[in-house]
Amino acid sequence: MPEPLPEHLPEPLLDVRDLRVSFRTRRGPVTAVDGLSLSVAPGEVLGVVGESGSGKSVSMLAVLRLLTNPNVTVSGQVLFRGRDLLTLPDKQMRAIRGREIAMVFQDPMTALTPVYTVGWQIAEQIRAHGQVSRKEAHARAVRLLSDVGIPDAASRVNAYPHEFSGGMRQRAVIAMALSCSPALLIADEPTTALDVTVQAQILDLMRELNADGSAMVLITHDMGVISQIADRVLVMYGGRAAEDGPRRAVFHGPRHPYTWGLLDSVPRVGGPRLRRLPTIAGMPVSPGSLPTGCAFAPRCRLSHDRCEERPALAAGNGDAAHRDACWLPPEDRASLRLTARAAASDVQDMDSEAAS
Amino acid sequence: MISFALKRFASALLVMFSISVLVFLIFFATPGVDPAARIAGRNADPATLAQVRHSFGLDRPLPIRYLLMMRHLLIDRDLESFVNRGSRVIPQIVQAMPVTLSLVVGAAVIWMTVGILMGTAAATLRGTAVDPLIMLVGVVGVSLPAYWLGEVVNLVTQKQLHDSVFSWVPPPGYVDLTGDPGQWALHLLFPWLTLALLYAGIYARLLRGEVVTALNEDYVRTARAKGLSERRILVRHALRCSLIPIVSLFGLDFGALVGGAALLTEVVFGLPGIGKLTFDALQNLDLPVIMGTVLYAAFFVVLANALVDILYARLDPRARHA
Amino acid sequence: MTAQDIVAVDKGAPPGGDVLLRASDVTKHYPLRTDTLSRRRRVLRAVDGVSLAVRTGETLGIVGESGCGKSTLGRCLVRLTELTGGRVEFDGQDITTLSARRLRPVRPGMQLVFQDPQASLNPRRRAGDIVAEPLLVHRYGDAAAVRRRVAELFDVVGLAGAHLDRYPHEFSGGQRQRIGIARALATAPKLIVADEPVSALDVSIQAQVLNLFADLQEEFALTYVFIAHDLGVVRHVSDRIAVMYLGEIVELAGTEALYEAPAHPYTQALLSAVPDIDDGTHAADAPRRERIVLTGEVPNPVDKPTGCPFRTRCPYARERCALERPRLTLTPSGRHTACHYPLTV
Repeated sequence: MPEPLPEHLPEPLLDVRDLRVSFRTRRGPVTAVDGLSLSVAPGEVLGVVGESGSGKSVSMLAVLRLLTNPNVTVSGQVLFRGRDLLTLPDKQMRAIRGREIAMVFQDPMTALTPVYTVGWQIAEQIRAHGQVSRKEAHARAVRLLSDVGIPDAASRVNAYPHEFSGGMRQRAVIAMALSCSPALLIADEPTTALDVTVQAQILDLMRELNADGSAMVLITHDMGVISQIADRVLVMYGGRAAEDGPRRAVFHGPRHPYTWGLLDSVPRVGGPRLRRLPTIAGMPVSPGSLPTGCAFAPRCRLSHDRCEERPALAAGNGDAAHRDACWLPPEDRASLRLTARAAASDVQDMDSEAAS
Repeated sequence: MISFALKRFASALLVMFSISVLVFLIFFATPGVDPAARIAGRNADPATLAQVRHSFGLDRPLPIRYLLMMRHLLIDRDLESFVNRGSRVIPQIVQAMPVTLSLVVGAAVIWMTVGILMGTAAATLRGTAVDPLIMLVGVVGVSLPAYWLGEVVNLVTQKQLHDSVFSWVPPPGYVDLTGDPGQWALHLLFPWLTLALLYAGIYARLLRGEVVTALNEDYVRTARAKGLSERRILVRHALRCSLIPIVSLFGLDFGALVGGAALLTEVVFGLPGIGKLTFDALQNLDLPVIMGTVLYAAFFVVLANALVDILYARLDPRARHA
Repeated sequence: MTAQDIVAVDKGAPPGGDVLLRASDVTKHYPLRTDTLSRRRRVLRAVDGVSLAVRTGETLGIVGESGCGKSTLGRCLVRLTELTGGRVEFDGQDITTLSARRLRPVRPGMQLVFQDPQASLNPRRRAGDIVAEPLLVHRYGDAAAVRRRVAELFDVVGLAGAHLDRYPHEFSGGQRQRIGIARALATAPKLIVADEPVSALDVSIQAQVLNLFADLQEEFALTYVFIAHDLGVVRHVSDRIAVMYLGEIVELAGTEALYEAPAHPYTQALLSAVPDIDDGTHAADAPRRERIVLTGEVPNPVDKPTGCPFRTRCPYARERCALERPRLTLTPSGRHTACHYPLTV
C-alpha cells in the first residue's frame, strides 16, 4: 500500500514505494524490508536511523540492486528520476550505479580492492562511465582526492589502500563515489568505524558535498550524527518506517514511542546525568519473526489492543510532512512521552530482554 | 622492490649453501661410514677406493673436503657416476633437464589454464548444478595417482586401442624439441595430460574457494556500486585477488616438479628426465648422481621459493613492506 | 607527582574510600621486528608512563581514540600482560612481579569484561559452564555449590534459568554480554575492568547493559575501570575520567568538571567533535561548544613527537611544547592535566 506523498514537497529525486525485501532461508522466508516508502528531494539529506535488523541497510542495497544473493526477492517500486530501477535492464542499471547514484559503505578498511592503487580505482570508475583517457582519469583522481582533503594528493594517488589510515581511506572512498558527480549519494554508516575526531572531519566533508548540491541518504544508528546533518529523518523499525519528517520536527517533537526510546536511551555528553538510563525493553525485533500488527508493540510500554493491527504511516495534526506509524492519539503524545520516560527509567527492565 | 628482490636472492643463496653443506655432511661425515666406499658404490676394488680417497682428499679436514667436493661437482664437473663409469654427474643432469622442463612446463600451462577456468566457473556458478559437477571432476582428477593413470593411459593408447583410435600415438619416449617440434609435442601429449589432471583438480578447488570468498568481500560490493560490469568485477577484482595464493602455490609446485617430483610420470612414460635419473640412481645406490640430483632439486625448490616471494610482493602490495 | 597525590586532591573522586588499585608510571612497549639490515631498534609505545589510582567503589573511566593504548592499559592493570616498566598495586599488594602461583589468589579479586562477547565466550560450551569455569578454577566448592552459585549469578545479571544450557550463539549480543558479566562476577571480585563492554551493542541494548553495570555496582560495592571510546557512555558511567592520547594520560578529572570545562586542548577537541543530539531541551541553557576540528592524524606510537604528544595537532602549541614533555600536574581547580598551557586552571 504505497503512501501518497505530501503535495507540497518538490518532485523527488528518489521515490521508493512499498519496497519489500525478503530472503529465503532454511527456516522459511524472512522479511527484511516490509513495505517501505520514502523519498529524497534533490539536494536533500535524508537520515535513515534504526538498530540492527531494522532493514535500513538492506533497503538501500535493494535500491541499487546490490543484493546479489540468489535467495533474495525484492518487490515494489524504486523510482529514480521517474524510472523504476527494479525493472531496468542490467546494462542501464550499471550506468546508473556509480554515475547517478553512488554508495559509500561502513568499513573503509575493506571497501577498496587491496591490490590496486587508490588512484587506479578512482580512475576505473571514471573510465567505466565515460570516454576518458587514462591520463585524464588519473588527473581527475588527483583533483578528487585533493577535494576531499587528502594532503599531497598528487603522490598519494599512487598509494595502495593499506598505506592509508581509516579516515584517509574513507575520504578516498568518498572521492571515488563523487568521481562522476552523482545526483544521489547513499552512505551506509560512513563514520561508524571511525574515531570521533575523524568522524567530525568526514561529516564536515559530507556537509560540503551537500552544499554543492548532492542529495544524500545517510544510514546510521547514531542519532547524534543524524541530528547534525540530516534535513529529514526516517526512523526504521522491523523493516518498516516508524516515523519520518523534517529533522527539527522529529528531534524536537518525536511522535513514535520507538523514536522516544532511541533518543532517551543514548547517554549524552551534555545535560543532566541520570543514574539509570531510560531503556527500550526487550531486543530489536528479528526480521524472521515480525508481528502482524505494529512491529514495535512487543517492546512498547504503551501498547494496547489496537496495536494488533498494523498502523499506517500518517500525519498527526499539524505538520503534514511529519508522519508516524502509531495508534496513540496524536494530541496526547507529548504527555505520553513523559509517562513512558518515567516508566523506562524506573522499571528494572533487565528481565525483559532475558525473557525471550 | 629491487632491494627486496636482491635481499631475497641473497637469502636464497645462503639457503643453497646450507643445503650443499648438509648434503655433503650426510655423505662425508656420517660416523662409522667410509665416505670413499660410499662414493665408489657397491663392491669397489681397493684401487678405486684409494683413487677416490686421493681425489676427494679424504684425509684432509672437513671444510677442505667440502670445497674439493664442490669443485669436482660444479667447477671441474668431473664427478663420475659409479654405475655408468665415465658418465659424469653434471652433464647427465644437463641432459635430463630439457626433458623434465618440457614435461613440467607443458603440464603447468594445461593445469593452470584448466584449473583457473574450472575454479572460476564453479565459483561464479555456485548454487547451480554446474558447480558440484565441476568440483566432482576435480576430485576425480586429484584421486587418480599418476603412476596408475599413466599405466592405464599406456595400456589404452599403446595396446588396447592402439590399432583403432590411438594409432597416431607414438611409442613412449622423448623427442628433442629442436629436432622435431611436432613429434616433441606428440610424445609429450599424454604425459602432460596425466600430470596436469592431478594439479588441475587441486588448483580448481583451491581457486573456487578463493573466488567465492572474494566475491563476498566488501571491495567487490564497492566495485559493483561503481557500475562496473560483472565480468570486470570477476576478472579484475575477485580473480585478481584470488590468484595471489594460487600463484605462490604454483611456484612451489613448479619448483618441486622441475626438481624431480615428476618422477612417477617420467618413469611411467619412459621419459629420461631428472626424476628418472634420480630414480635409477636410487635403485643402483649411485651416490654421486644422488648427491648431484639432490643439490639440483634443492636449487630449483629454493629458486622457486625466491621467485614466489618476489612475485608475491609484485602481486600483493601489502607484502612489500614485510 | 605520584599516584598518591593524584587521588588525595582530586575533587572528582567520591568522598572517602581507600585506594583499591594504584598504577605508578606504567609503561608497556612492544618491540617491533627489526629489519636485519638496519640496526635501529623500533619500539611501539602503547602505554607510556601512566599513573593513576582507583578508589574503592568508584568508576574510573578511561577514554581515548583507537590506538591510544587504553585497552593495553586495562590489561596492564589486571596483569593480563606483563609490564615493561612501572608498577601496579591491587588492594595494597604489588602485583607487578608476582609469580603465576602467587598471582592466583589475587586473580579472583579483579576481573575483566571484554568488548566482543561473541569472541570472548567459548562457542562450544554452554552458558552455565562458561560462568562456572572461574568457580572451578578457584575451587569454589562442590558441584552442587557451584550450580547454586551459577544460577544465582544468572539471576543477578538478568538471565533466566532456562539459559544455562544454551550455547553462546543462541543468545543476542546483549545477552552474551550479560554472560560475560556473570562470568566476571563469579569470583566475587572487588574490581572489574570493562573494556568497551557496550560498544558492540545496539543503543537500546547498550542502555540496558549500562543500567546493569550501575545496579551491580550498587549491589556488590564494585569498583570499575570502564574503558570506552564513546564520550557519552563514559560520562554516564564514570565518577572520574582519564583521557588518553598516544599512550599517555593527558587529563584526569572529575566527570562534571571535565565535560563542563576541559583543561587539555585534546579533551576539548574530542568533546567538541561529538555530534550531540539537538532535541531542543538543553541546547538553550548549555552554551554551544566551539567546534574544534583537528587536522592531520594521530602520530604513529613508534615515532612519538618530542615534548607533548599532542603538539603536532594542537591548535595552541607553542615552542615549549616541542621541547619539554608536560607532566600530569594538578591545576588549582582540582584536576590533572599534562599541558604547559591548560585551558582552565
